[in-house]
Amino acid sequence: MPDAPGLELIAQEIEEGRQGTVIETSFDHGRATLIVNPENVLHALTWLRDTPEQGYRFLSSLHAADYLPASPRFAVHYELLCRERVERIRVKALLNDPAGGETNGSSSAAEKLPQLDSCVALYPTAEFQEREAYDFFGIVFKGHPDLRRILMPEDYVGWPQRRDYPIGGEPVLFTHNEIESPRWFE
Amino acid sequence: MEVERESLRARQPRARDLLRGDLEGKDLEQYVEERLLTTTLESALNWGRANALFPLTFGLACCAIEMMSMVTSRYDIARFGAEAFRASPRQADMIILSGRVSIKMAPVVRRVYDQMLEPKWVIAMGACSSSGGMFANYAVVQGADKFMPVDIHVPGCPPRPEALLHGFNKLQRLVRGQPDLGWRQRYNAVGTEEWARFEPGKPTAEAIERAALAVAPKHSETGARPDFAGDEDSHA
Amino acid sequence: MADDLLRDEADLTERGYSRLGEDPASPLVDAAEVAGQDLEGPGLEPEQEVLTINMGPHHPATHGVLRLIVTLQGERVLDLKPVMGYLHTGIEKNCEDKSYWKVIPFVERMDYLSYFFQMEAFCGCVERLIDLEIPPRASYLRVIHMELNRIMSHLVWLGTSALDLGAISMFWYCFRERDAILDLFEMSAGQRMHTRYFQVGGVFEDIPTGFGQKLRDFCALMPDRIDQYEALLDRNEIFLRRTRDVGVVSRERLLELGVTGPLLRAAGDPWDLRKADPYLAYGDFDFSIPVGTVGDGYDRYRVRLQEMRESVRIIVQALEGLPEGPWIADDRKYVLPPRDEVATSMEALIHHFKLVTEGYRVPPGEHYYAIESPRGELGCFVLADGSAKPARVHFRDPSFVNLQAFRDMSVGGLIADLIQNLAMLDPILGGVDR
Repeated sequence: MPDAPGLELIAQEIEEGRQGTVIETSFDHGRATLIVNPENVLHALTWLRDTPEQGYRFLSSLHAADYLPASPRFAVHYELLCRERVERIRVKALLNDPAGGETNGSSSAAEKLPQLDSCVALYPTAEFQEREAYDFFGIVFKGHPDLRRILMPEDYVGWPQRRDYPIGGEPVLFTHNEIESPRWFE
Repeated sequence: MEVERESLRARQPRARDLLRGDLEGKDLEQYVEERLLTTTLESALNWGRANALFPLTFGLACCAIEMMSMVTSRYDIARFGAEAFRASPRQADMIILSGRVSIKMAPVVRRVYDQMLEPKWVIAMGACSSSGGMFANYAVVQGADKFMPVDIHVPGCPPRPEALLHGFNKLQRLVRGQPDLGWRQRYNAVGTEEWARFEPGKPTAEAIERAALAVAPKHSETGARPDFAGDEDSHA
Repeated sequence: MADDLLRDEADLTERGYSRLGEDPASPLVDAAEVAGQDLEGPGLEPEQEVLTINMGPHHPATHGVLRLIVTLQGERVLDLKPVMGYLHTGIEKNCEDKSYWKVIPFVERMDYLSYFFQMEAFCGCVERLIDLEIPPRASYLRVIHMELNRIMSHLVWLGTSALDLGAISMFWYCFRERDAILDLFEMSAGQRMHTRYFQVGGVFEDIPTGFGQKLRDFCALMPDRIDQYEALLDRNEIFLRRTRDVGVVSRERLLELGVTGPLLRAAGDPWDLRKADPYLAYGDFDFSIPVGTVGDGYDRYRVRLQEMRESVRIIVQALEGLPEGPWIADDRKYVLPPRDEVATSMEALIHHFKLVTEGYRVPPGEHYYAIESPRGELGCFVLADGSAKPARVHFRDPSFVNLQAFRDMSVGGLIADLIQNLAMLDPILGGVDR
């Protein structure tokens, strides 16, 4: 893992490439994290991949997380790995929720979804993983060749893994709450 | 070749012997009783069906692995005649739902079930297909009996292959027309139902439970336990 | 009777011809309708016979509920679209609702053949978040159970893959050894599958007496059994014809697609997280990484068989060097105190109560921890917000990412090779769909 000073150097060099990319750096539990502006995420990823000294050419994982009630709400994590030096670095792109917290529950065109550039051109492995982030959080990846739901049914409405989406399921029936629940035994 | 024909000829008189034209009356009746079995066509068919159930290969999740190991040599479902797993639903007569049924898969399961020909049976293997299991969430159907009839539920997560075999044996008894009695019939249990009553004028669930607890033996009682099944002077 | 047949056939052929002639690349032509027709008949060019069929999700050879939409030209695969999600269980969402302790049985059931690996990924991630060191005995016990699980997973893979290719007897032989391994799991953890054996801080309970001896017997027996499997399949003409030079994807393309595990190693890349980035006690053991040359189905088979041998080596070494000591960490904030202390010490009782009712709190933070599962890199991402329940648990499942290589492997090959490629890819749909 690049150590804390190394991380600062990386952040500086990315900033030199394009201003306003790196918002913050953080280093905890031995893992370096670069928090970047979602507009310039591709620049940061390209720099990390193509610079000869860095060479983070393997994308281990691309996943999203919902930090509700913190703001910005969504973050897309890119776990990069340099296999030659066996070093990992995390790039985090923070996204705001354009719907402003109102969940009308319909994925109509009127619903505003957070957007981000797709990195499938840089890392083809991101194809399925970006689809998964779209499926569960509603994050739209611009430039993805085939952005549609991957694990939920194609016509499903709603973004299940958002924090304000109910977990679903049914209450467990006991005698005491059977009166409120429908008569399951018939 | 010569030897075989000879032994065949030697066997022929013995076959003729079996017909026993020399027996009369009661001896003949007893002889026939010892060697013949009379039954109805339905019982015979059910016996044949029970001993040659063709399961459908329908592994969904972890329970499928235990179902596969039921097929293998240690637990050996071939003893019960069901090792011929058929991939086509048209040729199978039993479906073992082994695994969690997600909402995307439920219509597929129903369609496959509909494609099976009568008579057909369903074993819901494991907790997930019986009742949703540990996954009480948006993605899992809380029990396959929400959308299809299920004959046998086998509990477990995953059930041991022996447990599935036990369920399979219960299904065989069901097919043969002698379904296993529920424990209430077996033990003549009275007043043990726990269903809430909705009819006005009838006692609520709490009242029923309280009345049942009133006659139940308590920790403070010592001595012999009273007979529980409707005995009048059963409380100490 | 014969007249009827001829008339029906002519009728079908006519309908078939006109349908195909209209739009040669028309998708969703019903396979049943065009089956049995003479497609090379007059009026049809061979290039026009493009057919899109649907395989699965209920299919004997798709290793779980995977749906494939395959575009075929004759028997050649032109395009392939996997459709997943038929086993999606919402495990990641469910985990947000449970305390960390209760998450462990949930994440076990994702990739249902490598449950110890999932437990290790989650427990390891949480241990990193709370900076908890596990005792060396726990580390060795975890390695032993994980390697046994690796062997078991490869055995199931071998049995079911051989079954797909027609070598049906392998299924029974492999499951015979698998039952021996499950007996060992039952001895140590009480259950054959989904044992909930790893806890944050170590393992749940020490191994019982007799486990060591039984494990030693198993390790003495296993190499012979692997020899038997090799004798059955290694030089089998049919197996060779089906797997040799089939499904080859270049190493660079595999790395681009994020493929790890035996698929990558069969293509010639010795990347294994146990050696590259040792975790637990893997640094103490002497084992090698089997690597293939061509990257076809046969190499993948050989790599996995050799991995089984290496796992047996690791287990033998771990058993020899198993250190004495506690099997779970001491930190009462995260680990249940022993039962006898709960009965005598008030503090232990309070700790027990807090841990069982509320669960332990993990300080805010996030971490990604990756291990080498039988299918590749299994990563666990845990986002902790300071409460007793994780805010986000995500698993980077190897089968999910490896499935992206399926298209590259199968396009241009025959449909029978597609079955073989899927078998050699070893996808576990529980992990793909989570």
